[in-house]
Amino acid sequence: MKSLAELAAIRDKMKNKVALREESGETRIVVGMATCGIAAGARPVLSTFVEEVDKAGLNGSVAVTQTGCIGLCRYEPIVEVLRAGEEKVTYIKMTPEKALEVMEKHIKGGKPVVEYTIGNIEK
Amino acid sequence: MIRSHVLICGGTGCTSSGSVAVREAMAKELELAGLSDEVKIVQTGCFGLCANGPIMIIYPEGTFYSHVKVDDVKEIVEEHLLKGRLVERLLHKETDEGVTETVHSLSDTKFYKKQHRVALRNCGVINPESIDEYIGTDGYQALGKVLTEMKPQEVIDTILASGLRGRGGAGFPTGRKWQFAADQPAGKKYVVCNADEGDPGAFMDRSVLEGDPHAVLEAMAIAGYAIGADEGYIYVRAEYPIAVQRLTIAINQAREYGLLGKDIFGTGFNFDITLRLGAGAFVCGEETALLASIEGKRGEPHPRPPFPAVKGLFGKPTIINNVETLANIAQIINKGADWFASMGTEKSKGTKVFALGGKITNTGLVEIPMGTTLREIIEDIGGGIPNGKKFKAAQTGGPSGGCIPASLIDTPIDYDNLLAIGSMMGSGGLIVMDEDNCMVDIAKFFLEFTVDESCGKCVPCRTGTRRLLEILEKITSGNGEMEDLDKLEELCNYIKSTSLCGLGQTAPNPVVSTLRYFRDEYIAHIVDKKCPAGVCKKLLHYHIDAEKCRGCTACARQCPTNAISGAVRTPHTIDPAKCIKCGACMATCKFGAIYKQ
Ligand SMILES: Cc1cc2nc3c(=O)[nH]c(=O)nc-3n(C[C@H](O)[C@H](O)[C@H](O)COP(=O)(O)O)c2cc1C
Ligand code: SF4
Ligand code: SF4
Ligand code: SF4
Ligand code: FES
Ligand code: FES
Repeated sequence: MKSLAELAAIRDKMKNKVALREESGETRIVVGMATCGIAAGARPVLSTFVEEVDKAGLNGSVAVTQTGCIGLCRYEPIVEVLRAGEEKVTYIKMTPEKALEVMEKHIKGGKPVVEYTIGNIEK
Repeated sequence: MIRSHVLICGGTGCTSSGSVAVREAMAKELELAGLSDEVKIVQTGCFGLCANGPIMIIYPEGTFYSHVKVDDVKEIVEEHLLKGRLVERLLHKETDEGVTETVHSLSDTKFYKKQHRVALRNCGVINPESIDEYIGTDGYQALGKVLTEMKPQEVIDTILASGLRGRGGAGFPTGRKWQFAADQPAGKKYVVCNADEGDPGAFMDRSVLEGDPHAVLEAMAIAGYAIGADEGYIYVRAEYPIAVQRLTIAINQAREYGLLGKDIFGTGFNFDITLRLGAGAFVCGEETALLASIEGKRGEPHPRPPFPAVKGLFGKPTIINNVETLANIAQIINKGADWFASMGTEKSKGTKVFALGGKITNTGLVEIPMGTTLREIIEDIGGGIPNGKKFKAAQTGGPSGGCIPASLIDTPIDYDNLLAIGSMMGSGGLIVMDEDNCMVDIAKFFLEFTVDESCGKCVPCRTGTRRLLEILEKITSGNGEMEDLDKLEELCNYIKSTSLCGLGQTAPNPVVSTLRYFRDEYIAHIVDKKCPAGVCKKLLHYHIDAEKCRGCTACARQCPTNAISGAVRTPHTIDPAKCIKCGACMATCKFGAIYKQ
């Protein structure tokens, strides 16, 4: 280690990884992963979120977790986005492509993608 | 892409309850479930809840599973990791005032809530065998900062201003110690880390070494820069194999990265560290004995002055610091002296780690801001006394310390308050006692320890502690006289004032403090020939309650010495002359007719 810059490079690379272990994630992306969710294709959706969060260096503030049966099997894959101080947003019939869009517009941009939310489809 | 981290404790406690096998099983099950690329297993240091081990924490949820067995792993993988459903039955249970609750995450436990983790900040969070993870939590930033931005004197001033005092027992201001060594003429100097931790029941230093070894290495290098030393030694007990192994790995990694060795960060500063294994004698934790032992001589104390800061290892200026003291250094540099000084009391800054043990619901490691009251530690963090018993006293400072009686439970814990009430901080053992503990017996227990551990170099300690123990034995076997109390006091004063090293000087403390707060118990042993707590065997007698006895003869048949007699269906009696107090009769009686007093 000949310079502080080298140390900083390792720190930045690792910080993101270790940050996964902090519970302070202000944003939580919860993917329904019970039997029906997995059958309906929740796994690639989950992977997409995990990859994108990591790529964007957001591991410290965004947690991607799974949950069991949400009770709405026919709408699976279901993804819930919880942000501190905002109402929960529930996305249904998610795909990796939709996940990318949610990532960009909602997680990074702060605006829910209304057309994929449960409210929109139930109407 | 990793989406989840499974932290499995690799501390000594959990290793002995089987965490290695759990880790292996987890690796296998992840492989079978095809999750190896998504879920990462991280071996960590101690979480502080060793009695509930093996401990497993799953992130990002932070789910806290305790008592995890190999057979549980498959279920955790299939339910939690695959489907995202918590395995309820393995969630940690916390008992509070008789109500047992299931706790979902570690930070939700009462045990953690009032804690404030500074020295233990990385324990149970990072993989201690990965230098990258340490760097990822700002590791070695402080070393970089002092080498490139600060003069040695500025480092010392920062430590002084923080108010940090030694955590190894005596509480000497760390900055002052560094200043003494820095003020010595330039030349060969040493930094020594005292990792001998010999108090019975203490394991805070071990947990730091096992959970965050780089924090100690980084602090030693910073100390080296501050005083002008280029070499360090860590004196660690050989009975700490996991700590030794992690330290060895850490030193090698730091060397590979050039964070130890020559020309660190290209600044021209050199520093390297050598491990020395101690054979485990308690007296070797005393600084002059420790230095002698590193030099390959007999581990015996020497008179001070000269102090090690002037004439220490191999006759050169040396600073000796405790593991926990060092674990605070890098954070003080990174976050500033004011940050550190904002925690604690006027004269005791920062936090202190205690090994909580004895009659307490949550045994384990706790780190609290100085000034937290004993009541908060026992009732809130420790979850109170089990089995509805009453708190009687707490013992701090191990064999050098004393007891804090229930009447002083609201004392804020810091160096000066503890000294004022006749105990001491010591290295941080905190043993909780309830009404079933006999205080004379406790004093005897610690005296037995010091008698064994006295190095024998000076008479007051070698012979004096033995005489103290003899008097205590006399009292607990019912042969004590009231004059013995005066003799005890006189002898205590003599040993305190004439022993060469801290071991002898503090050895009488357990006697002095129990005499001070529990004199009536001593008197009960001497005058009434009774042990109020029912501990001292020689003062106990078994009796049969004639009202309750149905004359079933069961006890008489169990008694190995035929001490029990009586006709069938009439109350039995015990002949105290024959009874050897084995307790077999009491365990046998179905009617609760037998009691001891
Ligand atoms: C009998 C005896 C045993 C000791 N054992 C230890 C020990 O195990 N660990 C420790 O750090 N200090 C121990 N000390 C205190 C050391 O002598 C020394 O004060 C301490 O390591 C200084 O470090 P600090 O200023 O960082 O606390 C012991 C002292 C005595 C008298
Ligand atoms: S006080 Fe005890 S331990 Fe210390 S030098 Fe004397 S005999 Fe040895
Ligand atoms: S076992 Fe109990 S009830 Fe039976 S004879 Fe002994 S004391 Fe009496
Ligand atoms: S304590 Fe043991 S020896 Fe004494 S009376 Fe009971 S069984 Fe017999
Ligand atoms: S199993 Fe998917 S919502 Fe019920
Ligand atoms: S060793 Fe695992 S919690 Fe202490």
